[in-house]
Amino acid sequence: MSQTAAAAAQYTALGGIDCDVHPAVPGMQTLLPYLDPYWQEQVTVRGIDGLDLSSFPIEMDAHGRPDWRQPGTKPGASLARLQADALDGFGSQLAICNPLYGVLAIYNEHFAAAVARAMNDWLAAEWLDREPRLRASITVAAQNPELAVDEINRRAADPRFVQVLLLAQGEMPVGNRRLWPIYAAAERHGLSIGVHAGSTYRHAITSNGWPSYHLEDYAAHAQAFQSNLLSLVHEGVFNKYPALTFVMIESGFTWLPTFMWRANKTWRGVRAEVPWVDRAPSDVIRDHVRFTLQPTDAPPTGADMERLLNMIGSDDMLLFSTDYPHWQFDGHNVWPEGFSPALKRRILIDNPRNAYPRLKEARP
Amino acid sequence: MTPEDGRTIPSESSARASSTKLKVIDCDVHHALRSYKDLLPYMATRWHSHAEKFARRRPAPFQASSPYPKTAPALSRTDSWPPNGGPPGSDLAFLQEQLLDAYNIEYGMLHLLMSGMDERNQDLGNAICSAINDWQYEHWTQKDKRLKAAIVVPGEDPAAAVKEIERWAGNPDFAQISMVTHAIEPLGRRRYWPIYEAAQAHNLPVGLHSSGTNGQAVTSAGWCSFYVEEQHNVALSQQQLAISLVCEGVFERFPALKAVIIEAGYVWVPSAAWRLDQHWARMKDEVPHLTKKPSEYFRTHLWYSSQPADEPERPEDLRTVLDWIGWDRLLFSTDYPHWDMDNPETVFKLRLSEQEQKMIYNENARAVYGFA
Repeated sequence: MSQTAAAAAQYTALGGIDCDVHPAVPGMQTLLPYLDPYWQEQVTVRGIDGLDLSSFPIEMDAHGRPDWRQPGTKPGASLARLQADALDGFGSQLAICNPLYGVLAIYNEHFAAAVARAMNDWLAAEWLDREPRLRASITVAAQNPELAVDEINRRAADPRFVQVLLLAQGEMPVGNRRLWPIYAAAERHGLSIGVHAGSTYRHAITSNGWPSYHLEDYAAHAQAFQSNLLSLVHEGVFNKYPALTFVMIESGFTWLPTFMWRANKTWRGVRAEVPWVDRAPSDVIRDHVRFTLQPTDAPPTGADMERLLNMIGSDDMLLFSTDYPHWQFDGHNVWPEGFSPALKRRILIDNPRNAYPRLKEARP
Repeated sequence: MTPEDGRTIPSESSARASSTKLKVIDCDVHHALRSYKDLLPYMATRWHSHAEKFARRRPAPFQASSPYPKTAPALSRTDSWPPNGGPPGSDLAFLQEQLLDAYNIEYGMLHLLMSGMDERNQDLGNAICSAINDWQYEHWTQKDKRLKAAIVVPGEDPAAAVKEIERWAGNPDFAQISMVTHAIEPLGRRRYWPIYEAAQAHNLPVGLHSSGTNGQAVTSAGWCSFYVEEQHNVALSQQQLAISLVCEGVFERFPALKAVIIEAGYVWVPSAAWRLDQHWARMKDEVPHLTKKPSEYFRTHLWYSSQPADEPERPEDLRTVLDWIGWDRLLFSTDYPHWDMDNPETVFKLRLSEQEQKMIYNENARAVYGFA
């Protein structure tokens, strides 16, 4: 047995839950049957297409691993390849589909809501119906929380949808109260909130302005997630919605301990401003926020990783992910050095089951 | 110091721990203008009437308040208001008593939290920067040789900035070059390279204290609501500033350039560098001007001031993180007179060896700034 086949077999035995795979919307033509006649005509007459997010250029190797690409299609556009590469490849019992088409960046919120609805229906019909191992995020037009709630209510009856998907660099930090109707609906339906890396370009990628290179944009996701964590804690989202879990997706996590130290210290000094935050930010984050495994942004050695995992101070926070078809690792080396077998098991199965109320039925 | 500590630092420092008789180099001291009028003697007549007829124009919503009101007036310790009047940091004698003498400060690196760089009227901005430097020289560095100023430059007008650098370079009272960090573009962009060229030519580090306003959303995720967020977010911006300097190739083009990241803490450095290394491995064709792993530029060109002191949940974890960063990278700073200033006697919860103390409190800064 080859080394990669052996690795794959190891995963199969465990049956992990892959919390981040990306099926690609091939284009508006694909969504056309799922739009109402008005938007069908608008899209056709105006030639509307090409809403892939600039944050994830489909041409880049980083966002379509060379050996996972299929000539002539966008990376992640083929169900058969996702089944073979991601599900069979890592022996996952379940995988959560996070399509990143640009709904959240559309300025016309009516159109955004129509595309969101179409994407959810397309995903249900052409992916979930055809592959029982797939679960999905509900795409919403968070530009208009009222329309987003309508879509959540419409889709929530389908138990295969397990979370609502937002972007880390949207119009405002995700703790902002204008988004709370979305969180109320999610909590009511037993959905988690996924916050995925990526920008709607409503504001500069950094508060210092627009960087030159994609490498800088990608690095900046880490700070965007940290800003969102501060927002979630200090706006008091979890005071209001104590049953809600937020999952930070494609966020990295090796910055988490040092971030929490600073967040705790600042809170100790300035907490009079946010009297409802009645415990340390690190406690709130450890209770309510989860992080996907890939990309890991690993330290140089396994021993360093062990030290870092120790600083995170919880075995509950990481969720298995391949980030398929993004290129975060080679072959089947989805695990960086430094993770014990017991921790891997938690990350593969236990933690995802606990992060998503709707995955309780998954095999323990 | 945080309000929770519930004590003020005595101005008579007889209580100073005997174990820390080290001479301290404080890499972040905030002096202050009594008012804008202090600058007028150093500005052309045109600007005197301008100040009366037109307000300063910066891309921020309030004329005389931060967008995020701070925890304390003037951002400062309640006991730092000089007895003779004026805002905290504006009275040399009181600053000497409360900071320099009290803590055995060998050198105090001055950072004025005002610049002409983010003034939208560039001629006015240039005049303000020049006036600040004249004022610093006459009223501060010439009056106490322990104080070292930064050349405040109007970085959005690089030609004027270079002129201002050349006006002061070689003057031992000026130890570095200062720009606002919330600039029109990320500071690694080429727009600012003439300034780095001059900095390298004159062997002056660039000291980058989080400051300024550029109209951009204050976080990568948009506008936050609270000061408790903003205070941490300026440190996140400083991370992105370091990333910009590295990724844009500033240190490849100017291999002798030194940059000091001020008031952003430092424990974030390892994970930021790991992340860059990891993704650079797959994106390096995009940045062929980088000849080394990004982490290597962090390790050789960047230094970090210590305040606000990072406080791990388990103090000994700080040693692990400093091992990752490199002990020669950290420069002690108080941030006097601000509300969250650090006391050199109590700041590290970690037991440091004598050599480690020497490096952090003195020798690292001595090397960066070239003090004999």
